[in-house]
Amino acid sequence: MPKGLVVIDRERCKGCGLCIDACPFGVLGFSGEYNSSGYNVATMLHPEKCTGCAICAQMCPDVAIEVYRQQPDQPKEAV
Amino acid sequence: MSRVLMRGNEAIAEAAIRAGLKCYFCYPITPQGELVEYMARELPKRGGVFLQAESEVAAINMVYGAAAAGVRTMTSSSSPGISLKQEGISYLAGSRLPCVIVNMMRGGPGLGNIAPAQGDYFQATKGGGHGDYRLIVLAPSTVPEAAQLVMLAFDLADKYRVPAMILGDGMLGQMMEPVELPPPVDPSSIPEKPWALTGAEGREPNVILSFDLSPQGLREMNRVLQDTYREIERSEVRWEEVETADAEIVLVAYGTMGRIAKTVVERAREEGIKAGLLRPITLWPFPYEPLRELAERVPTILTVELSAGQMWEDVRLAVEGRAKTPFYGELGGVVPTPREILSEVKKHVSS
Amino acid sequence: MSQVSVEIPPGYQKVFGRPRALSDAPYTYCPGCHHGIIGRLIAEAIDELGIQGRTVGIAPVGCSVFLYRFYRCDFIQAAHGRACAVATGLKRANPDLIVFSYQGDGDLAAIGTAETVHAAARGENFTVIFVNNQIYGMTGGEMAPTTLPGQRTVTTPQGRDVALTGYPLKISEMLAQLDAPAYITRQSVHDARHVQLARKAILKAFRNQLEGKGFSLVEVLATCPTNFRMPPVEAQKWVTEKAMQFFPLGDLKVRDE
Ligand SMILES: Cc1ncc(C[n+]2csc(CCOP(=O)(O)OP(=O)(O)O)c2C)c(N)n1
Ligand code: SF4
Ligand code: SF4
Ligand code: SF4
Repeated sequence: MPKGLVVIDRERCKGCGLCIDACPFGVLGFSGEYNSSGYNVATMLHPEKCTGCAICAQMCPDVAIEVYRQQPDQPKEAV
Repeated sequence: MSRVLMRGNEAIAEAAIRAGLKCYFCYPITPQGELVEYMARELPKRGGVFLQAESEVAAINMVYGAAAAGVRTMTSSSSPGISLKQEGISYLAGSRLPCVIVNMMRGGPGLGNIAPAQGDYFQATKGGGHGDYRLIVLAPSTVPEAAQLVMLAFDLADKYRVPAMILGDGMLGQMMEPVELPPPVDPSSIPEKPWALTGAEGREPNVILSFDLSPQGLREMNRVLQDTYREIERSEVRWEEVETADAEIVLVAYGTMGRIAKTVVERAREEGIKAGLLRPITLWPFPYEPLRELAERVPTILTVELSAGQMWEDVRLAVEGRAKTPFYGELGGVVPTPREILSEVKKHVSS
Repeated sequence: MSQVSVEIPPGYQKVFGRPRALSDAPYTYCPGCHHGIIGRLIAEAIDELGIQGRTVGIAPVGCSVFLYRFYRCDFIQAAHGRACAVATGLKRANPDLIVFSYQGDGDLAAIGTAETVHAAARGENFTVIFVNNQIYGMTGGEMAPTTLPGQRTVTTPQGRDVALTGYPLKISEMLAQLDAPAYITRQSVHDARHVQLARKAILKAFRNQLEGKGFSLVEVLATCPTNFRMPPVEAQKWVTEKAMQFFPLGDLKVRDE
């Protein structure tokens, strides 16, 4: 399981590419699919490389990206 | 309630404070200096905010902010400064924000002079800034009336969510008269302003705008304004009539000229001339109806103004040819004497 | 917005999402416009300080004229350049409000210079977010007071000629000379690291207001891809290669108390 996962709101995405440029691991790219406003929506092309660092989301001008991260297993002694 | 001797400018300031004024913003200009000084001295002591702005443009936009916050707010100035405020006044009208603006008019155009003049009538009553809007314009002719109309201006502004203007001049501002000031209004009697920007805690956000990019939307905003203006025209026309019952000639004059015209009517009556006076107190809404009724039976309606004939246009609109409508005016801050006006009156009456 | 329902596999936790102070309304900005990032940072500051219920925003004239749609806060729209005077009125009338203005370079540093300088000189206790994209966005890409020497705009088609139109206004440097302001800083949002720095600056500018420290202004260098006539990624290079050369980043004034 990859460490991270991003969810891109297709309708908010304006296909600007800033997230694609920002991702340090080359996870994101254009999907070739167009939303109802006619924008080429960004998507995870290489989900297996995602670390959940949220750099893409920091750069998304349209606040279209949610980032999820795998939680480390809880230490056993934790209450 | 005791009678005190006050200047017009001071009485206006004191009345505003008693009306519950919370924020006053200004930029100095003659002839309303005493008003500014009075506010600087008194308002902070009585729990209000006095702030001298960097310009009239800034002052009126501070009024815009304070009005949006829901408090009673006011600015005062004189002609050149009022010209600078027009942008803000248009925004206040468009955003339906109540406030009071005092214009102690002076001679113009341009820098003009500081003498009494009435050349800002068009600016005050026909819009002044851009767009289809009106101000309630109140024109006191004595110091006590100035105090009374300032309190009324706050009430009307709040009631209709419109800016209201007090239109005076340096003569009214400087003149000292005994005034009986009403007690301060009880703050809890000032109506609630549910539209004010108080923070959206526990409610949907309030938004104050004067724009809508869709023509249909902006038309709706304008319709609300126009409906308000029609209601004001129906309910708020104020004027005074003196000796009009049997008059052969009626003078129409407001503010400082209204006061002088009253003396002219007295002198004319002493000489057996049946003169009367209609003195508009609200310049907008203008007393078209009462004037029309007079014109049905009075042959001559003489407009007397300290301008080239600005209110005269409204008089003629009211009379619509039912009577003769001569005009007598002075320019540049020259104030005609009662005698000069009386000799003008005599030209128009059959002796 | 049509939030496509995605199955989040078990074991994953949300680490980034839309701030609560942002409404659901989509931004009206062009693709890749930095206004959007800056707007989000303000919402994050409002969330972090828990001030949504007492915040009043001031939308300027410019591309951010629709700002009021984007927040769950009270809002007012001000005449071009007058936001600092409107903010003064609001804050003086009700000091319990948290007031911020959001202004472009045309709005704040050309037509509104006087209102800005004097609010700063008085030390008015509100927060100003100043978006410096070196151009007039909304009206179609004319020269701004911050347009760089040689920069092409529709009103400087040959590039800004300093002999004709002078040099860009460094308003933050000017304001930093004044005694009253609490905090004047210049930031940028051209990469994630700088977004984090800008976020901290905006948070500080709001916290200053809560603490009654007085006038705080955060200038943020930004792109206008549409009027730069550049793809958004390339427009960001303009920030580092050109804009930052003329407008260096960093704190210009921090009044310590
Ligand atoms: C008094 C006035 N003058 C001019 C305009 C036209 N106008 C609208 S936006 C704008 C420039 C905005 O540029 P900026 O402040 O840099 O904001 P941006 O659009 O780049 O975000 C101008 C000149 C106006 N609305 N009001
Ligand atoms: S979270 Fe990090 S690794 Fe994953 S797509 Fe975004 S930038 Fe790339
Ligand atoms: S940064 Fe946001 S708007 Fe731009 S392409 Fe990525 S998801 Fe879409
Ligand atoms: S015109 Fe420029 S500043 Fe305005 S929204 Fe578009 S990219 Fe942003």
